[in-house]
Amino acid sequence: MPTSLINLAYLAASVLFIFGLIGLAHPKSAVRGNLYGALGMLLAIVATLVDREILGAGTAAWATIAAGIALGSLAGALLAIKVPMTGMPQMVALLNGFGGGASVLVAGAALIDATETTLQLTIATAASGVIGAVTFWGSLVAFDKLQEWLLPGRPIVFRGQGAVNVVLGLAAIGFGAIVVVDPTAIWAYVAVVVVSSMLGVLLTIPIGGADMPVAIALLNSYSGIAGAATGFVLNNSVLIVAGSLVGASGIILTRIMCRAMNRSLGNVLTGGGVATGPVAKADEVYAGRVKSTSPEEVAMLFDGARRVVIVPGYGLAVSQAQHAVRDLTDLLERKGLEVEFAIHPVAGRMPGHMNVLLAEAEIDYDKLKEMDEINPTMQQVDVAIVIGANDVVNPIARTDPNSPIAGMPIIDVDKARTVVVVKRSLSPGFAGIPNPLFAADNTLMYFADGKKAIMDLIAAVKTA
Amino acid sequence: MDAFVGVFTVFVLAMFLGFAVITKVPPLLHTPLMSGSNAVSGITIIGALLSVATPNRLTTALGFVALVFATINVVGGFLVTHRMLHMFRKRD
Repeated sequence: MPTSLINLAYLAASVLFIFGLIGLAHPKSAVRGNLYGALGMLLAIVATLVDREILGAGTAAWATIAAGIALGSLAGALLAIKVPMTGMPQMVALLNGFGGGASVLVAGAALIDATETTLQLTIATAASGVIGAVTFWGSLVAFDKLQEWLLPGRPIVFRGQGAVNVVLGLAAIGFGAIVVVDPTAIWAYVAVVVVSSMLGVLLTIPIGGADMPVAIALLNSYSGIAGAATGFVLNNSVLIVAGSLVGASGIILTRIMCRAMNRSLGNVLTGGGVATGPVAKADEVYAGRVKSTSPEEVAMLFDGARRVVIVPGYGLAVSQAQHAVRDLTDLLERKGLEVEFAIHPVAGRMPGHMNVLLAEAEIDYDKLKEMDEINPTMQQVDVAIVIGANDVVNPIARTDPNSPIAGMPIIDVDKARTVVVVKRSLSPGFAGIPNPLFAADNTLMYFADGKKAIMDLIAAVKTA
Repeated sequence: MDAFVGVFTVFVLAMFLGFAVITKVPPLLHTPLMSGSNAVSGITIIGALLSVATPNRLTTALGFVALVFATINVVGGFLVTHRMLHMFRKRD
């Protein structure tokens, strides 16, 4: 098949990818958009398979390709079907990692195979090696921190970490330069990958639980840029287009997440944002002012109330409370109350995490409101129910400029007539600071596990 | 050098296009955006296919592992995105 025809097929694939992303602008067109993307991928794969190089490669190559695709499809499909919605951050972290890993291997293979090397090929190969290896190992660390198998979710920091990272970064660039000067020095490429792998691990371990949305968005961006770099290696425009689209997407999400915490990317990446200096003592904030409540008392609040806003946080995901919350919503709506959800951009462990959980529980997406949309109307809310969220509703972000969350936009639940906070204890959130909301006059603390709390509340509303 | 300028032009324009398109995606769909764009970045599968088809045993082996990784990315990414997007609907 002529090369121009194959390149036209790649162009069509690129256009389908773009249509796919355009479709994601609205839930109604999103399913179709995703199918466009998948179709584009199929087209690109088929065009590559009929390409002369592969057609003439013999049956052994065909068998290897069939085996690889079968193995990858099986693993991918199993992952996609089995993963619970609460585990979506881990899933995306893992997928980012595989993307980065594939880029490292393809660039390496292209370097070994190259008969004539251009500056573009060697520089892009070194770049693929660095970015791909950082993405692969960074994503595996992120996955593990979310899953909490080997590493704890909290930031891991040690003295001289920054200096070690700089040395590793310089070493990666140095070995990369050797690849550029002498493309036959395959050992130098291996060294690039080894050093960048260490860098990937060290760059991700200081990022703590609540900062994971930033890490995952950034790794998403890296996986795209690694793909684009591999496109430069192969001189293939569909890889460059697809890689850049993903790279741009990750950069945008990273920026949104950082802004939603009022922190710089550097601060997040070095494990900042956790209280290190003197903070108000929990006893001084809470002593004698915290009122605890019962499901019966909360059920009574709904009598005469008109508008209820539910604020979900990571605790909702941990206790798998989304279905119970849906049942409560249905019950309250049948009683004539208006129920909405206020979603903070960094609630959960990845961008949009809460929306997916609530959508899984079949809550209408029209009820899921963004922070900026709901905050101006918070004064007209009769009951605000906070489930498993802490820092994103801490009013100290507005009042104390020395707090680690100073200036972070929050959901203004404290302005609602009554606030019910469902939480297991008064323990601090990720930032490690007490929350004056819990001691406010209009706040009732409902101490229980999220799911059990909501189920008991449903029972109390039914019998009231 | 001419070839490089050509692909570099594609890269820069695609970045701009990416920024323009992605800023239109609402926060509601940010998780499916991540998993879906991830599937798209599995386009490295093309490079993996080409590496497998080379006569060199080492590059065939590297290509095979890359092919498995990239296929997990593509199949897992599109499928899980499809599963998620189906949950976003209006009930009557």
